[in-house]
Amino acid sequence: MTSALSIRSLRKVYDNGLEALTGIDLDVAEGDFFALLGPNGAGKSTAIGIICSLVRKTSGSISVFGIDIDRDFSQAKQYLGVVPQEFNFQQFEKVIDILVTQAGYYGLPRQLAEERSEKYLRQLGLWDKRDSRARMLSGGMKRRLMIARALVHEPRLLILDEPTAGVDIELRRATWQFLRDINARGVTIILTTHYLEEAENLCNRIAIIDRGRIVENTSTRQLLAKLSTETFVLDTREQLDAFPDLPGYTGRLVDSHSLEIDVEKSQSLNELFASLAKHNVHVLSMRNKTNRLEELFVSLVQAGADQAGGGTDGGRS
Amino acid sequence: MKARQQWVAFVTILTREVRRFTRIWLQTLLPPAITIVLYFVIFGTLIGPRIGAMAGHTYIDFVVPGLIMMSVITNSYSNVVSSFYGNKFQGSIEEILVSPVPNYVILLGFVFGGVARGIAVGAIVTLLSLLFTSLQLHHLAVILGMVLLTAILFSIAGLINAIFAESFDDISIIPTFVLTPLTYLGGVFYSIDMLPEFWQAVSRANPILYMVNAFRYGFLGTSDIPVSGAFLMVSAFIVLSYVYALHLLARGRRLRR
Repeated sequence: MTSALSIRSLRKVYDNGLEALTGIDLDVAEGDFFALLGPNGAGKSTAIGIICSLVRKTSGSISVFGIDIDRDFSQAKQYLGVVPQEFNFQQFEKVIDILVTQAGYYGLPRQLAEERSEKYLRQLGLWDKRDSRARMLSGGMKRRLMIARALVHEPRLLILDEPTAGVDIELRRATWQFLRDINARGVTIILTTHYLEEAENLCNRIAIIDRGRIVENTSTRQLLAKLSTETFVLDTREQLDAFPDLPGYTGRLVDSHSLEIDVEKSQSLNELFASLAKHNVHVLSMRNKTNRLEELFVSLVQAGADQAGGGTDGGRS
Repeated sequence: MKARQQWVAFVTILTREVRRFTRIWLQTLLPPAITIVLYFVIFGTLIGPRIGAMAGHTYIDFVVPGLIMMSVITNSYSNVVSSFYGNKFQGSIEEILVSPVPNYVILLGFVFGGVARGIAVGAIVTLLSLLFTSLQLHHLAVILGMVLLTAILFSIAGLINAIFAESFDDISIIPTFVLTPLTYLGGVFYSIDMLPEFWQAVSRANPILYMVNAFRYGFLGTSDIPVSGAFLMVSAFIVLSYVYALHLLARGRRLRR
């Protein structure tokens, strides 16, 4: 399959000596929905900044759909759409003008620019706001405006930096659905996010970056398979005074009607329920205690910190 | 990016720039008109007759071309410096930087936005001057050529200022401490023949003197300096500043980290 993005030995050292990227390699296949995860200061924004030319690389190479950015950045940029984390449009411009102008930067003739602007404003529910000044939009609308702006030249690779940061759950889920639809139409998507649930729900591949290096890069399914233990919270019909004796399982009594039970990947939930039934404990409902990916993320980043001999890293921003 | 696409990108930037300064006309087009009317009233009608002839012309006839040129210089410069820095400040410059628009198209788009405002204000001021005097027309090509070159030069200068600027203070320092003194001492209000020889020589180091005098020549047919030399000098400055501005954009100075 064609590589939408290929990064080789990418290194970035800022003027203050900070090595933000230590020579990373990364491949994103065409059609992927790819998550780039990492703590603050890990190097995500630097990597994205280099891909879209806002940050200058120190060394290494990047190809977008086979086009080396050092040889023909102009053509590579035609394939790229970028949704930054911060609102970076002209606050005093009308919504429609922002899109038509952006299309013009990509050389789209005026009529086509207007057609595309209408298409994406309608798809993102902003058509009624087309004549409003951008600063008058709500936070969620501004974020959708940035997605529409990034799509107006119909890129093959869409990069989103924290696309749902600060938006309510309803809008977040609507955005997810929109991104799924875009991806289904063949647009490769890379997103960074702090919402690990977002990555787990949307992305078929996940890379974790920490301290400027890729510590994990695999499919979401394989990544989740690495979890050895899951903790479930069980709500019980009976009132409990203590955690029941369940051979092979550990856990805690949360309150008189709920238990927390750690289940190894090799253990069967059927056996767990059978053991509970022996104690006349009937389960009314069950849920994961924490986001599974979040647990894995923390353990991977922590392992990286331990390897680096630093433990927790209070020096990063 | 193909030539046709580059043209679209250029027109897009220019259109956005024109839309910006016409949207805020109360800040961009009206104030210079009011200021210049005050100049016409005070220096032309009230004080002018007491000053008498200047270089063989009534004072208002002498001073009008300089005042028009002063408006063009100030407005070309301030349009680009405030627009480009505003884009940097809001982050919206990234819209252009992530797109495939070549640096020279970015430069020309902003510069001709500045030229458009400079010439628009110049035209307004020229029309207003007709309320106070009947303008002579000695050489139209010199007038149009010099006003265009001057607007281009100061638009590029504004862009260079905006690239280096890191705060709103930085975009007012050059206009206040460099541009205004050079303009006021650039022969707008007097002929350098009035100055002692030493100060005449000092004045000849001021590039704005050449622009004002060449422009005045287009109206009155008189100039303190050779007009062809003025065109050569302004053209040379344009080439140098264009190359420098392009270099700054290519390096991404204060634009790309």
